[in-house]
Amino acid sequence: MPDNNRRDFLKGAGAVAAATTLPLSVVELAFADPAQNFTFAYISDSHIQHVKGTQFVRNWDRGLIRAVAETNLLTPKPDFVMFGGDLAQLGTKEELDHGAEMLAKLNYKTYMVMGEHDYYLDLGEYWSKLYGPHYYSFDHKGVHFVVLNSILTFDDWTYNRWPTAKQRMLEMAGLDNPNGSPFMVGDKQRQWLAKDLEKVDKATPLVVFSHSPIQKIYKGWNFWTDDAEQVQALLKPFAKATVIYGHVHQIQYNQIDNITFNSVMATAWPWPYPQSYAQAEQHLPKLTVPMNRANPFFERDATGWQFIDVATGKVAMKYNLYNNTNRVVAFDPATGKPLDSAFQDLAKQIPPQVHY
Amino acid sequence: MNRTRIAVLLAAGFVLFVAGVTAGEAPLGLPPVPIPEDNPQTPEKIALGKKLFEDKRFSSTKTVACQNCHDPAKAFTDSPLSVSEGIKKLTGTRNAPTVVNAAYFDKQFWDGRSPSLEDQALHPPLNPVEMGLKTHEPILKIVRSDAEYKKAFQQVFSKSGKAITMKEVTQAIAAFERTQIAGNSPFDRYYFKGETAALNDAQKRGFDLYVNKGRCVSCHVIEQTQAIFTDNRFHNVGVGINDIQKDVPTLATEFLKAQATLAQVDVQVLGDKRTSELGRFAVTRTLDDLGSFKTPTLRNVAATAPYMHDGSLKTLRDVIVHYNNGGVTKEGDPVNDFLSGGIRPLNLTEQEIDDLVAFMEALTSPEYAALVKPAAGKGN
Repeated sequence: MPDNNRRDFLKGAGAVAAATTLPLSVVELAFADPAQNFTFAYISDSHIQHVKGTQFVRNWDRGLIRAVAETNLLTPKPDFVMFGGDLAQLGTKEELDHGAEMLAKLNYKTYMVMGEHDYYLDLGEYWSKLYGPHYYSFDHKGVHFVVLNSILTFDDWTYNRWPTAKQRMLEMAGLDNPNGSPFMVGDKQRQWLAKDLEKVDKATPLVVFSHSPIQKIYKGWNFWTDDAEQVQALLKPFAKATVIYGHVHQIQYNQIDNITFNSVMATAWPWPYPQSYAQAEQHLPKLTVPMNRANPFFERDATGWQFIDVATGKVAMKYNLYNNTNRVVAFDPATGKPLDSAFQDLAKQIPPQVHY
Repeated sequence: MNRTRIAVLLAAGFVLFVAGVTAGEAPLGLPPVPIPEDNPQTPEKIALGKKLFEDKRFSSTKTVACQNCHDPAKAFTDSPLSVSEGIKKLTGTRNAPTVVNAAYFDKQFWDGRSPSLEDQALHPPLNPVEMGLKTHEPILKIVRSDAEYKKAFQQVFSKSGKAITMKEVTQAIAAFERTQIAGNSPFDRYYFKGETAALNDAQKRGFDLYVNKGRCVSCHVIEQTQAIFTDNRFHNVGVGINDIQKDVPTLATEFLKAQATLAQVDVQVLGDKRTSELGRFAVTRTLDDLGSFKTPTLRNVAATAPYMHDGSLKTLRDVIVHYNNGGVTKEGDPVNDFLSGGIRPLNLTEQEIDDLVAFMEALTSPEYAALVKPAAGKGN
């Protein structure tokens, strides 16, 4: 069985190599049961931001518009599209409506994940009117998909701390903010999850979508879910479990026990980004940790979206990156962890730059 | 002072000396011309290239030479045509880019589908709307039998008869093209030689806008010691593709399925206006390249109207207005979905637009100054 997997992976790797010379053309992965294979696209973190009247931040609009238009061109067509949360910047009706209008141009069924920027103004009420429940599950071609609302926090912080809903939203949107609060899935939702997973055969491939990472990376920016270990424990019985999250606006991947973690790119702005002379009015959030990245002129630099091959129940993330080389991060059955198809090789890694 | 003067004189002498031998050294404001190792410049090769460049027999009707669309009398373009005219008055889809300073481009053609000047020269003879030949054979037949060519190819390449191939033909043409280098504009004298009087006030204000508020320099690059006015990259600036936005899904999908060769792409993009607007995507099939075209140099731009890859903008002012609108020619028109991230509204005033035009008029080399009509502008 491991041999089979390995052979399958190698075949897949060959097809991926072909895809890099002909990006987004036909990518056919040869697996034991081709009927099980499918792709879906993933767009995330658009942060549509209302300025005033009918005016929205143009840069964020253009990022989402472009990702939607490109996703519609995918050949072959993906089975569905995920949107990974933070459609809006401050959760207003104007922002959510404007974002929904752009997403409505997708030619595919679209599933939504809740982000903290969508949630903390009215606690997801208007979002629900547009998109329904905050957490849910569905099955597709033999894979069980779960969508979590991972950006909840302590009730006291949510309900008792702030004089206005707007201030609550702004506090949660801040980075390195002592007034912020860690994200969590919470007891109620974990109970629901346990129950939802109870009825699923443990050999069924499981893919969990969340906005924040269901792992602990950096608390100050909520690259963090406080009850990550407890959620992971519920995923542990599954032979093939994958968590795909947004929020971090950059490519991350990790393996914890049997669970593979992959992040998705944002269409709005990259994290982290350098402080630089921008030549035009910026609406980037205040940067608390300066880092060396992204081209200040080409606004789409270091943003992107992704389409995802689901094969043998594990995923291959194909990142469509503007002004950059597209990247593939695929689960490697041989090593049992996700690997970047180009940069895993030390010789191919780009050394950090000490100056620019 | 004396020392500076001597240094300048020495430098000038050196340039003349080199120019006399290879014509490969660069004028003020330009870096040395990149010369491929396997195609060194020689005066004889350059002369042969010029003769080939001007030869109309290399088209099916014996009426079209390279020079028809790259006319030295028009700064090596076919200004004022918007798109080029080949055999039997057939028209293509793209505005003839100047040969002048083309040697500095990493890739040739508006969509960069050709990696070198040598390769580029292979394609127009075979394009049905340009020179219309079915194969290169008619060209080879002429150069292998014509007495003058026989002598020249023998002298330059030590080859005759069947040993002469398109490789030698295109090497000679490219060698000639690499001599068409022009710098030394008022801007060059202002910026690289410190002649403050070389630009008038409007041009100086325009230069400031070019670097700062207008953000032109982000793509049309100027460096500390030289300026080729291109980043050698490809951008969707909202020209052409704006007109076919509804067709993009069909056109792009067809292209992804068709897997055309580059030779087929050459025929398709010049033969069909809508396909042409896919830009570099037709070459790379990468979504990031949809509707994107190469950043052209701005040197001598005042002599090469009309503008953009499709010649759709008549004046330099029209171009600035297009950029000022954030990538649409008519304010309020819909922006295309694939617009490059650097293109956004600039909020320039009418005066600032005029100043930027004035700056671009300061990029004309002495060789082409006579082609530029004195600006009916507001001057200083």
